[in-house]
Amino acid sequence: MRRIGIDVGGTNTDAVLVDGNTILGSFKTPTTPDVTTGIIDALSGVLARTKAHPASFKAVMIGTTHFTNAVAQRRFLTRVAAIRICLPASRSLEPFIDWPADLREKVLGEIVLLEGGHECDGRPIVPFDEEGMRKAARKIREKGLTSVGITSVFSPLTSEFEERAAEILRQEHPQAAVTLSHTLGRIGLLERENATLLNASLKDLAGKTSRAFIDAIRQSGLEAQLYLTQNDGTVMLAEMAERFPIFSFASGPTNSMRGGAFLSGLSDAVVVDVGGTTTDVGMLVKGFPREANNVVEIGGVRTLFRMPDVISLALGGGTLVGRDPLSIGPESTGYELMRRGLVFGGDELTCTDLAVSAGLIELGERARVSDLPKTLVTAAIGQVHRMIEDVIDRIKTEAADVPVIAVGGGAFLVPERMKGVSRVMKLPHGDVANAVGAAIAQVSGECDQIFHSMSREEIIASARAIASRRAVEAGADPDTLEVVDVEDLPLAYMPGNSVRARVRVVGEIA
Amino acid sequence: MSGLAPVTEEDLKSLALGAGILGTGGGTHPYLELLNIEKLYLQGRRVSLLSPDALGDDELVAEVGFMGAPLVTKERLPDPEQILKAYRMMERYARCTFRAVMTSEIGGENAILPFFVAALTGLPVLDADPRGRAFPEMQMSTFAIAGLPLFPVALADIRSNEVLVLRTVGPKWTERIGRGICTEAGAMLATCRPPRTGGQIKSHALHGSVSRAIRLGAAVRRARREHRDPADTVLEVERGLKLFTGKVIDVARRTTEGFVRGQAHVEGSEDHAGRLFKVDFQNEFTIGWIDGRLAAVVPDLICILDALTGEAIGTETIRYGQRVRILSLPASRLLTSARALEIVGPRAFGYDLDFVSAHIEGHA
Repeated sequence: MRRIGIDVGGTNTDAVLVDGNTILGSFKTPTTPDVTTGIIDALSGVLARTKAHPASFKAVMIGTTHFTNAVAQRRFLTRVAAIRICLPASRSLEPFIDWPADLREKVLGEIVLLEGGHECDGRPIVPFDEEGMRKAARKIREKGLTSVGITSVFSPLTSEFEERAAEILRQEHPQAAVTLSHTLGRIGLLERENATLLNASLKDLAGKTSRAFIDAIRQSGLEAQLYLTQNDGTVMLAEMAERFPIFSFASGPTNSMRGGAFLSGLSDAVVVDVGGTTTDVGMLVKGFPREANNVVEIGGVRTLFRMPDVISLALGGGTLVGRDPLSIGPESTGYELMRRGLVFGGDELTCTDLAVSAGLIELGERARVSDLPKTLVTAAIGQVHRMIEDVIDRIKTEAADVPVIAVGGGAFLVPERMKGVSRVMKLPHGDVANAVGAAIAQVSGECDQIFHSMSREEIIASARAIASRRAVEAGADPDTLEVVDVEDLPLAYMPGNSVRARVRVVGEIA
Repeated sequence: MSGLAPVTEEDLKSLALGAGILGTGGGTHPYLELLNIEKLYLQGRRVSLLSPDALGDDELVAEVGFMGAPLVTKERLPDPEQILKAYRMMERYARCTFRAVMTSEIGGENAILPFFVAALTGLPVLDADPRGRAFPEMQMSTFAIAGLPLFPVALADIRSNEVLVLRTVGPKWTERIGRGICTEAGAMLATCRPPRTGGQIKSHALHGSVSRAIRLGAAVRRARREHRDPADTVLEVERGLKLFTGKVIDVARRTTEGFVRGQAHVEGSEDHAGRLFKVDFQNEFTIGWIDGRLAAVVPDLICILDALTGEAIGTETIRYGQRVRILSLPASRLLTSARALEIVGPRAFGYDLDFVSAHIEGHA
């Protein structure tokens, strides 16, 4: 199938055309403040370059940092009513409790705690207070709030009370948009609730952004279906993305890793993405980024979100080099590399200048670095290589040698040989790996819950069935489903041989 | 001399980190408990630490702690009122006036719980505990080791169910009966254990536990500020050994009889390059070997710290690739007597080996 992948980054908007397993061409253009213009430019650029017919593309996949930036900069956020079904438990730590004050100020619209929730074995703590929910819904409507986040204790096990609360809300306040916590996440009430409230706060921006993307595509003469990429390396339909903008958080590193997998043909490898300011290093397992286990903060808010396990290093093509004593970064010229770097006529020594001097790449005017002492260049490049070697060792999941895929504009900084590395691959189109990753994304479904008194086989089978159903609901072709992740963690103390199982399934777009 | 010292908000942050380290892999950083006590401080409540020396021999101290699966408090969030309820039950039943509150164990989440009761009642927190670390079962306590009864025990769930265990034939029965009730009540209960007198505490409790945890946490925070090795700053304030430096290369985990059991392998680096550390765990880290030779044995504390952040790594969070510093801290001699070792020594965890300490000079 013919697809278009677009990466809307902080500096550049990249577009790439893909036909099955072939890359037809790519185009890079500066990102514009309105986003739409940058996308139109990138699309017209790549279509002109490849002379491809717009109508032949069935799908456009966009990766964007838009929502992440909105939270980080506290802009374009919607006020949210937080409903938690938990009483008599969890009273003391109310919703928003561990948010940075400035973000809470922008998002908190109303807090309601209601009786209900479940125990870890699936029994209700107490019956759900439906009358209280009805009152809360009316109050939210009267206050003019249009976005609601609902979280119930142990809802990843049973979503019964969250669904019932949503039904009552719809009856009393049909205009309200609602996010239910079990659709987002894992065990860990506060972190799951945080993700729910963040998602609800992006409601208006998500609608607007999605419409801007659709406009850009229509104006470019495309009739393709629009998808947004998620942080787990898969995509969701634009309509779904409007409801779950939070899933797109941190999709950038994921896309470059998936792009690396596609370009190299490898499914298990370390991907090193060297940009202008930072290097992101992650681990591909069965073609997908390994997820982080620990708590992930978004804009200062603690979540247990599905995020790729990425180590970022302050090292890139624009990273400044100190001569005496020798130091690499952490400061960088960033997007000003083309003005400030030596080979581009500037007067600051950067990693790109080192690479040009050492003959690792041809860029700018090599004559401008001809007088750099060879000992300095050798020592500095040596240090850059050791930094990369060390971070690769930190991200590895096994002691055996692994292949490394080097992508991004600064891939030339990655050494050809390293300890613990079987080979280093640098690939054509590696500089737009991000957009490639967007273009080849699949659809996924996940199950993460606690099972009791079942055999391990039964548990995995049940979890798999739930994950598959969710993948199909998200737009996957049932015939292409594949399990990419199975993890079961026995829980100490819990009754009846309890096991927490996580299964993730992916498939091609239907 | 009042024997009272105020606990600042900075101390609380340090306490949380230090309690994580003393959890020896079982307890973890008490994030939600810390949020709760910080909120009480924000409302103007304050807590002081009381030195055990300042207790009259007949004055009584209440011992509070959670019982159950730590995972449950991640959903049914810990609430100061629930701990207070267990405390009030004991107060009513024993018809006594408490002089102070203490934790049932300084390692992990429980370290913060007496601060809830203290903040809500105005009582001080006692600078002592009966474990000096984390242990998986109720009878693993210096009071039980000393032969003091483990009853009455007050159990409070999150509804209005209140259970008093009035009498048991032995500490292991208190554990067994409590565990059954706990399962029924949603796998997590607040407990108030038998009142202890000043005299009992002076002879049988571990003194200075809370200030020790605060000191440990402060040392880790200093390492972060000064970009130093957390193992070094910890050992500046604590008697102990740097056992090993390396990277986790393998973790095998399974569950039997209600415990998370397993083994982790750590490959040496820096001054331990070329060597291998193996550690067994049963909820907590129990036994450590370097190149096959016994290096640390329970009840001595095996503390595994993240090499960069100094944050304690738990038996449920240890995983491949983590860069770690492994410390051994000596257990108190109240935990290493012949009688104590029957209850908390290697044989109590199913090992056919004798306790040997890496800390030759004897115990604090």
